[in-house]
Amino acid sequence: MHIIENGNVAAALGVRLCRAGVIAAYPITPQTPLTERLSEYVESGDMKAEYIPVESEHSALAVCIAASSAGARTFTATSANGLLYMHEQVQWASGARLPIVMCVVNRAVGAPWNVWNDQQDSISQRDTGWIQIYCCDHQQIIDTVIKAFWLAEKVSIPIMVCYDGYILSHTYMPFDVPDQEKVDAFLPPFKPEYALDPDQPANLNTVTLPDVRVDVHGELAHGYMEIRYLLQEDLRTTLKAAAEAEQRFAQHFGRGGDPFIEPYRCADADFVAVGMGSITYQLRVCVDALRKEGIRVGVMGVRYYRPFPDEAIAGALKGKQGVIVFEKALSYGYEGALASDLKSALYEHLAPTGSLPTVQNLIAGIGGREIRTEDLTQTLRAAIHERISKEPHWIGLKL
Amino acid sequence: MQAKTNILNLPTQEFVHPGTRACTGCGLAIAYRVGLKALGKDTILIVPPSCLTVLQGLFPVASTKLPCLNVTFASSAAAATGILAALKTLGNDHTTVAAWAGDGGTSDIGLQALSGAAERGDNFIYFCYDNEGYMNTGVQRSGTTPIGAVTANTPFKGKLQQKKDVPAIMAAHHLSYVAACSAAYPLDLYDKIKNCLHLPGTKYFHIHIPCPPGWGYDPRYGIKIGRLAVETGYYDLYEIVNGEFRLTAASEKLMEKRKLIPVREYFRSQSRFKILTDAQIDDIQKQIDDKWAGYYGKDE
Repeated sequence: MHIIENGNVAAALGVRLCRAGVIAAYPITPQTPLTERLSEYVESGDMKAEYIPVESEHSALAVCIAASSAGARTFTATSANGLLYMHEQVQWASGARLPIVMCVVNRAVGAPWNVWNDQQDSISQRDTGWIQIYCCDHQQIIDTVIKAFWLAEKVSIPIMVCYDGYILSHTYMPFDVPDQEKVDAFLPPFKPEYALDPDQPANLNTVTLPDVRVDVHGELAHGYMEIRYLLQEDLRTTLKAAAEAEQRFAQHFGRGGDPFIEPYRCADADFVAVGMGSITYQLRVCVDALRKEGIRVGVMGVRYYRPFPDEAIAGALKGKQGVIVFEKALSYGYEGALASDLKSALYEHLAPTGSLPTVQNLIAGIGGREIRTEDLTQTLRAAIHERISKEPHWIGLKL
Repeated sequence: MQAKTNILNLPTQEFVHPGTRACTGCGLAIAYRVGLKALGKDTILIVPPSCLTVLQGLFPVASTKLPCLNVTFASSAAAATGILAALKTLGNDHTTVAAWAGDGGTSDIGLQALSGAAERGDNFIYFCYDNEGYMNTGVQRSGTTPIGAVTANTPFKGKLQQKKDVPAIMAAHHLSYVAACSAAYPLDLYDKIKNCLHLPGTKYFHIHIPCPPGWGYDPRYGIKIGRLAVETGYYDLYEIVNGEFRLTAASEKLMEKRKLIPVREYFRSQSRFKILTDAQIDDIQKQIDDKWAGYYGKDE
């Protein structure tokens, strides 16, 4: 059924369709309408779930970690400082290999206080062992939530479904809401390998030694390093599982595409603009304008940030003259994290070809600074014409 | 009131394997062993980092025969909420959920989550085993370290502040059950757990835990020192059932005797109080006498 709603409602509908059993959340702008909507579903009986209005984000993820360990499908959502407050639990959830799905409604982090959109919150959680997926519109939000539960439970790794605060969370767009029966067919009930059970007692996440150790049955048990290695290995093979998720989703719902990247007018392009989230759709407008001027430029949205689809990205950028990476976040003290990761992928996969595209890094929309399409077009045109002297270049800076 | 359990009719089934990693003479080992007997087999435990993490053993060895979720320092009570919510969605209405946290994990870093869960009225039992300091990290002061105690980070002057009264904080949440217990009176702990299992919402237990390395005494005197804390009227055994306060066990008997052992004896039994002056001890003695005058007054 097609409806017109905002991005937070798209996420809430996705969570309801996935029959999450335990939802815990603490209010933070711009996430609140999403979790308020879920509390309405639960209180009205539209959704059979436990909704826990916790006293902090740290506890929100604690509830999800424990509920998931006890065998329930769990969901939470947050933004900005809420996500930062969770940080310890974020690491814990992936270390404990729990398939929690969390929406991150992207917002700038303090200080100073700022409630508007950028992506510093989720980017700062890059190295936590979670899968991170970025959405560009409402259809992607609801579809990604559904795919995320399937994928998280397939690989036992938690997933952040990230979408831009306000730009997506509070704007209205038409999108298709899948039928419950179809979602049920796509996503079977959650059956973990082990859940806390008095009939099968186990001591989970206990102190684990630097080295391997023989257990009471004489079998070698993992050391901490082995457990962490397996998280990394499983994250890398998640790329395959993600492709499978995309394929299954397309079979069940008749839509989908490349799971990792979203290229637009890239095939014959000399230059490619790269970004994550809603800015990539805005960049399509810029690209259309520049194409009219005869500039062969395309845009590529990166959907999976972790695990990083380095091969897919390098493959799509092979033979291009230049890449211009637009980011709403920074690894402060260096450059945008996506730009660094992308350069690393290009070097890894394209250096042997002897032809590496130039990479420029543009920072935009920090703390909700308006990104005007004309400014974006002008900056992109300039970057294509001549390499920007100082990087990363901040678009619209008024100093 | 139910019949009192004695050592002859205490269940023999054990949920803690012998040979844990607890220190010699650890009060927690007693309280935990007897506490789990009262909780029974159909229980899921939650443990934050603390001495209990060590007692429970290092992966892949576990000294507890109940399922246990190790969680982050601040999140014990929230984890209890999560397990309860999951059990509810899975149609399990019989399993008991119990968190066992230390005094740092309760009175300091875990207080927010505990207050949140208690305010929500989540149906679980929270045990704070209070050895009066961050003993697992090498004896640093916590919110429940008593005034005058020398610790690794109050090295010369001792702790200058009063012990935080966590049971009172929890009682202010209007809980169905709040209890103060001691490892030196394990059967009182056992009976209190049994008495509260059927009560709704969050149940809070505070257990005084003598700690040989942290308090500075010969490990064989742990029970004696735990009892001295009660018999001097310094630490009281009580329960608050739906708001009704009642002294229990040895503290109840003190009401009849109306005679407290001087608290000086308690302080002089442990090296952590070595810097307490006679004047300071007199001052604390007066506070204890005033507290008990209040108890006697209520009784009359």
